[in-house]
Amino acid sequence: MIRGPLDKEGPDRLYTVTGGRSRADESRFDMVTLIVSESDPTPGMQSEHVKILRMCRRPLSVVEISSYLELPVSVVKILLCDLLDTGRITARHPHAARPGGRLPEPETLKKVLVALQNL
Amino acid sequence: MHSRISDSTVSPALPGSAGHAPLRESASNGLKIVIVGGFGVGKTTMVKSVSEIRPLSTEETMTQAGVGIDDASLVRDKTTTTVAFDFGRISLDEQMVLYLFGAPGQERFWFLWDRLFAGTLGAVVLVDTNRLADSWYALDRLEHHGTPFIVARNNFTEPRHSLEDVREALDLSPDVPMIDCDARKRDSSKAVLVALARHLYSLSTDAAGKSTAAAGKSAG
Repeated sequence: MIRGPLDKEGPDRLYTVTGGRSRADESRFDMVTLIVSESDPTPGMQSEHVKILRMCRRPLSVVEISSYLELPVSVVKILLCDLLDTGRITARHPHAARPGGRLPEPETLKKVLVALQNL
Repeated sequence: MHSRISDSTVSPALPGSAGHAPLRESASNGLKIVIVGGFGVGKTTMVKSVSEIRPLSTEETMTQAGVGIDDASLVRDKTTTTVAFDFGRISLDEQMVLYLFGAPGQERFWFLWDRLFAGTLGAVVLVDTNRLADSWYALDRLEHHGTPFIVARNNFTEPRHSLEDVREALDLSPDVPMIDCDARKRDSSKAVLVALARHLYSLSTDAAGKSTAAAGKSAG
């Protein structure tokens, strides 16, 4: 397969970025959870945190942050946990999905259908 | 250190820079649709033709064990699965943002399905009639995960078979919608998404009235 930019990364960088942690509480973020900065970066802050706070002045999804930082989604989630715990970001979680893999409410799907038809 | 002149490699338009379309301040509800298909079938092309941003790509990694892993998981050894995928997005209204993921249909990808695509509204299985066998595994997995899907045939050239022939070859149930498309064309790709959304809406309303329908059926 075609190798992406991450394959050029040594594991060292990923280790350093996360402070050696390898797992976030994944349930806290979906790939399409929208992140919004609640504060400006402060001096001495880890560079990835600084980048996230800057790029999330407008809402931005976890997966977009992952792409811009060129870090795997799971590593980004770890970084976001830090920022959420210190109140520097807020997270807007997807609320269409219902438990047990059930479809969203018909009203939601109707809105999706109409919006796509009107594109 | 901020004055370093960047090199000429193409990098994503960063938020705040020209070329990046920011989301509305009110955006609050991310939705997911996955386009699954074999290599070269046109997934990225389809994402590109309907996305409001230039398609981005990223990766997710997971060790084979997946649970209770320690720092060794960050070492790229044989137990690490890496899956790359492309995505784009469409702002649907003030709140809803639809993310479209182009995902490879190969086996290792499905290890990451739950982690990446839990809560996905539905999927488009993009098929090439010359390589129908590439789709069998994806169809099987989507059924396994209970993800609703439609099948779209991407026609870069004039199709030689009817859609019903394809349905038969894929052993698809009659209630799975099928559609022809040209992934290079925005209107055609849009029609595929509309077909999926219509199918999902119809399933959701069916589910609402299922108990009465089932009662009627057993009586008849």
